[in-house]
Amino acid sequence: MEQKEALFNYLLRLADNAAILGHKLSEWCGHGPELEEDIAIINTALDLLGHARSLYTYAGEVEGKGRTEDDLAFLRIEREYKNALITELPNGHYGDTIARQYLFDQFNYLLFTELEKSSDETIAAIAAKAIKEIRYHLRRSIEWTLRLGDGTEESHNRIQESFDNIWAYTGDLFVEDVSDEEIIAAGIGPDLKALQPIWREKVKATLAEATLTIPEDGWMHSGSKEGRHTEHMGHILSELQYMQRAYPGCEW
Amino acid sequence: MERKDWPLWEVFVRSKAGLSHKHSGSLHAPDAEMAISNARDVYTRRNEGVSIWVVESKHIHSTLETDSESMFDPNEDKIYRHPTFYDIPDEVGHM
Amino acid sequence: MSETDLQTIFDRKIENEVKIEPKDWMPDAYRKNVLRQMAQHAHSEVVGMLPEGNWITRAPSMRRKVALLAKIQDEAGHGLYLYSAAETLGTDRERLVLDLLEGKAKYSSIFNYPALTWADIGAVGWLVDGAAIVNQIMLQKTSYGPYSRAMIRICKEESFHQRQGYEILLTLCRGTEEQKAMAQDALNRFWWPSLMMFGPSDKDSPHSAQSMAWKVKRMGNDDLRQKFIDQTVKQADFLGLTIPDPDLKWNEEKGQYDWGQIDWEEFYNVIKGNGPCNKERLAARQAAYDNGAWVREAATAYANKRAQRRDKDAA
Repeated sequence: MEQKEALFNYLLRLADNAAILGHKLSEWCGHGPELEEDIAIINTALDLLGHARSLYTYAGEVEGKGRTEDDLAFLRIEREYKNALITELPNGHYGDTIARQYLFDQFNYLLFTELEKSSDETIAAIAAKAIKEIRYHLRRSIEWTLRLGDGTEESHNRIQESFDNIWAYTGDLFVEDVSDEEIIAAGIGPDLKALQPIWREKVKATLAEATLTIPEDGWMHSGSKEGRHTEHMGHILSELQYMQRAYPGCEW
Repeated sequence: MERKDWPLWEVFVRSKAGLSHKHSGSLHAPDAEMAISNARDVYTRRNEGVSIWVVESKHIHSTLETDSESMFDPNEDKIYRHPTFYDIPDEVGHM
Repeated sequence: MSETDLQTIFDRKIENEVKIEPKDWMPDAYRKNVLRQMAQHAHSEVVGMLPEGNWITRAPSMRRKVALLAKIQDEAGHGLYLYSAAETLGTDRERLVLDLLEGKAKYSSIFNYPALTWADIGAVGWLVDGAAIVNQIMLQKTSYGPYSRAMIRICKEESFHQRQGYEILLTLCRGTEEQKAMAQDALNRFWWPSLMMFGPSDKDSPHSAQSMAWKVKRMGNDDLRQKFIDQTVKQADFLGLTIPDPDLKWNEEKGQYDWGQIDWEEFYNVIKGNGPCNKERLAARQAAYDNGAWVREAATAYANKRAQRRDKDAA
């Protein structure tokens, strides 16, 4: 695989993660447990959509076919989206959203900390800006994990169940393929396999502080890097792409 | 005492280094950490601040309107506390 | 101090444009009037998030999506500022929210209309926010201090909202025939409900005269509505859209537009609960309140536990 192609793939993965998780979080707008939470969760959604925009724009440049951020965000078929499966899971109740968010934020934080050192200057610059926001996302999702885990009996049971249910989607975050090998060899991005044990330790510590049990590492779903998604993805895209598909080629 | 709804907090934001914190508004939060976090999201979305104070509203004590005559009016005529009370010849220059 | 003295002080403040502050003495009726207005205003901001929220996941470009999301986030913030202002009068937010859910408090009837197409997002920004801004600019000078300060902050933040909506429509009107038709359709549906936002004519408005006397409101409903029409017509002309009012005509003599009749029956019908989306809006707020209860309780329980642990460590 050519390095350019690997880089394009890699950027799409990063961008799709941010775009799809931002999309899911934006669904909370107007429905959060308290007004302050609505505002906070939209902030995270806006940060993620911002990351997605920079990454799509750069991906378009790398590809060199003149595709814009919107072409990439809205006009691919499902199998061409490379976001991790965990990002497309339903919002569920607030505990489900917090568990999904914490597990992803912890991953994203470790990943972007490494990307700040990327040999690709554009990625390094995007990461340097994004990491400040991601650090804050992580702080908030830890705070909420603690509150729901060590709050009431009901909240404890609920979020424990959320972590148990989502756990099987975390393995997908660390799967590597040929693009990753290129990326690691070129010093563009980190070895995800090396991040996994660090991630696990951090998660274990947070869950312990939250009086929660880290789920057993059983069978894990995978497939996002080949564009093999959950059934949820198609519904996300049918909303996301509705306008662009219904009115092709328009300016908005 | 156990209360279920989140208490009210007052938020003070330092808009830039060197200035004092100024009251921005209020919000609800379960505790100080979340109050600070919420204050960041609610009151500094447009770069309004570099530092945040929060204090639970119930801890703020204030003067009463009914006391204001005795509290504040007596200082109206203490003009000797102001520099313009003193006559210094112009020749002395700025002082 | 006797009540008469306090009343005199209050009246003098109103007359001299001195703001009334939370701990100041104020007539009960004034307190109720201001509280009702602020709560209604806060509810409107929060319910107002819903029709626009309906389009976040379908926004047609990344740029539009982040702008819309930021705008709706501001509305949550504005609801929050207004609830806080209302809370200074001693009623906490939870009580105010319950009043809304129990149907005891109102919100602006405009949010009971559906946002059906992307152009509606433009029309909401241009017309609904446009009308709201006319009202809010006036309210910056309201006599109740916390309300006035909330309004000043809100007006500052809202300045991008109307531009956001207008720009959406401008893009549609410069686009394909289909897009322009979408914009015209949105204007057709939102024009009259936007005019209704200012409320009934002052002569039919139960609170208007007293609100004006107390300087809670600084302009009457009819004047505000006229101001909105006068400033909006040329914006519609620039878009090349037609305002759906055959009687709309410049009156040289008065220096303002003459215009047709508002269907007040529709207005009262929507207020009574028969608008297209009344039930959905309240149901959405009720669901957010109910589904959030265990989350709010958990955070409170955690705070209490931690405070206890801290006390124990200190002992």
